[in-house]
Amino acid sequence: MTTTEASPVHDVDFKLELYRSQVALRRFESRAYDLFLENYVKGTSHLSIGQEAIAAGVAAAMRPDDWTFATYRGHAHTLARGVAMTPVFAELMGRANGLMAGKGGSMHLTSVEHGVMGSYAIIGAHLPIACGAAWSAQYRGTDQVAVVFFGDGTVNIGAFHEALNFAAIWKLPVVFVCENNLYMEYTRTSEVTAVAHPAADRAAAYGLEPIIVDGNDADAVYEVARTAIERARAGEGPSLIEAETYRHGGHSRADPGKYRPDEEVAFWTSAERDPVSRYRARLVELGVDEATLARVEADVDAEVDAATEAAKAGAAPGEDLLMKDVWANGGAEWRN
Amino acid sequence: MAELTYREAIARGIAQEMRRDESVLFLGEDVGAAGGVFKGTVGLFEEFGPVRVRDTPISEQAILGAAMGAAMTGLRPIAEIMFADFFAVCWDIVANEIAKTRYMTNGQMSFPLVIRSGNGGGLRFGAQHSQSVENWAMMIPGLKVVVPSNPRDVVGLMAAAVRDDDPVVFLESKALYPTKGEVPEGEIVDALGTATVLRQGSHATIATLGLMVPRALAAAEELAAGGIDCTVVDVRSLIPLDTQTILRETSATGRLFTVEENPRVLGWGAEVASIVAEEAFYDLDGPVVRITTPHIPLPAADTLEDMALPSVERIVTTIHKAMNS
Ligand SMILES: Cc1ncc(C[n+]2csc(CCOP(=O)(O)OP(=O)(O)O)c2C)c(N)n1
Ligand SMILES: [Mg+2]
Repeated sequence: MTTTEASPVHDVDFKLELYRSQVALRRFESRAYDLFLENYVKGTSHLSIGQEAIAAGVAAAMRPDDWTFATYRGHAHTLARGVAMTPVFAELMGRANGLMAGKGGSMHLTSVEHGVMGSYAIIGAHLPIACGAAWSAQYRGTDQVAVVFFGDGTVNIGAFHEALNFAAIWKLPVVFVCENNLYMEYTRTSEVTAVAHPAADRAAAYGLEPIIVDGNDADAVYEVARTAIERARAGEGPSLIEAETYRHGGHSRADPGKYRPDEEVAFWTSAERDPVSRYRARLVELGVDEATLARVEADVDAEVDAATEAAKAGAAPGEDLLMKDVWANGGAEWRN
Repeated sequence: MAELTYREAIARGIAQEMRRDESVLFLGEDVGAAGGVFKGTVGLFEEFGPVRVRDTPISEQAILGAAMGAAMTGLRPIAEIMFADFFAVCWDIVANEIAKTRYMTNGQMSFPLVIRSGNGGGLRFGAQHSQSVENWAMMIPGLKVVVPSNPRDVVGLMAAAVRDDDPVVFLESKALYPTKGEVPEGEIVDALGTATVLRQGSHATIATLGLMVPRALAAAEELAAGGIDCTVVDVRSLIPLDTQTILRETSATGRLFTVEENPRVLGWGAEVASIVAEEAFYDLDGPVVRITTPHIPLPAADTLEDMALPSVERIVTTIHKAMNS
């Protein structure tokens, strides 16, 4: 693998920004949970609490014109690309000021202007779609890279395997990031998977290196993503990264996650394993003073509060949106 | 004016668009050097090379996923699904991803892509390589669906499909591949959503599509000899649907027959019949009658397949009986 530049990961300002990004994701998600319980967020929502280091670390390694393909658990991946909190909260609440004016909802966050090329809620479907974007970049010679996030449960669906083979044979600039949080919805992935490392153990089948990274360490995630993205940009083809992590809460909505052993939850939520507290401790060790960290946190809290209020102030989507944008001409007519 | 086969018209239509626009790419299984399993794409690989005409693995989800990702980032891919029955293994990409994403994202993305596929029966291939699936595609909001019946329309509708900014499912009637027709020289570009009136009559109107068009025309000739003069409308495009032409031609004769290759239940003619019932009821002189494949998987044996698909004879007798009762 080629590493062309010295990594900025050793720079304290860079780290502080990565910390800010993780705190923002954490506090956004905590607020989203509250809003769900208060019935502001209807339908469903899937949080990334505990997994923030992956969305933040990978996004930090991307160029603004690179593409993110996310899942229904995609609030974090969307925000990490620079999308503002207000339209995301508003989308969760089904408001007209939502990111997609309420037409997509929590599971389909998309912001093309930020390179967030959709969040997909059919397991595995977006892996081949990301390949298509990468193919387009390759054909047009733009050196853009597609990064696609998915879970450990997703490695057992056919689309995963089709996409990996496709990306490998065409040497597509795509980075596959498997967030191994040990669970599908309510079943341990290991109980239904033939190999121990759901993604990494499959890499060889597609001629790829097995890559496993501590998904709760944003610096480590950043480094591994940077290498994979540079490789893709240089025309050296795809990478498959397995990032080991854990979701602190349940699968979706208000799932209490009771199917998980207490000791396991305690281990992963401890200050030593939690990506946000861990990263904070690292910054303290590097000499960043408490006041600086407190200011970052207070700024994020203020942003979350303001965004919550702005989202709540949004109107309900009007009837004009209902029959809009089925077709590229903006309409929904199917007959004359 | 040159005489081309329906199969040659496929390559001609694709080549016309690929020459004009570098953003048009073509991918599928065995489509490149091999020229397609039905030899519908012979010559494209030689003319446009392996970068624009790409052979893929047997990965229908990847083929259509790749087309979708390419379309959302500014290309205009044409993807081939070898047999339309195989849509069942990649239907998620068609029905949930390609069809819904523009709406879900509040119009942030467009999907200017074409999915072409060999559709329907007549080749004695048995149930998994013969189904006529235009009604599958038609019932998904967000997909356009066209079915050409002759070589000229193959070229013109292919151009319209490629130039359209929405996803188009382009269904080729497999049994028509060897049939011939006149195709004018030069560029041909049709409009989606336009039916054509192929024969004008005064007693009854037949609305039909794809492989059933030549059969309906032959039936109309026989019926005319027996004193029943039929209008034949080639529907060509199911979405958008040229309802006005169908309504106008139905009102003019007072009778409507649909001739459909798809299995009976919820075939496209059911939608047409319901539109006519709502909007032209008082112009009708008798019930709308649908002539379809029965609601069965298609059998392989030639004798059985011929019984299943609407034949010239079945069209003639059905219309004759209905008009004389
Ligand atoms: C094709 C399909 N099957 C099942 C589901 C229901 N489902 C939604 S999320 C999920 C679990 C996915 O687990 P994983 O890939 O590990 O992702 P995680 O939710 O842990 O991030 C399932 C089974 C679905 N959305 N799509
Ligand atoms: Mg999981």
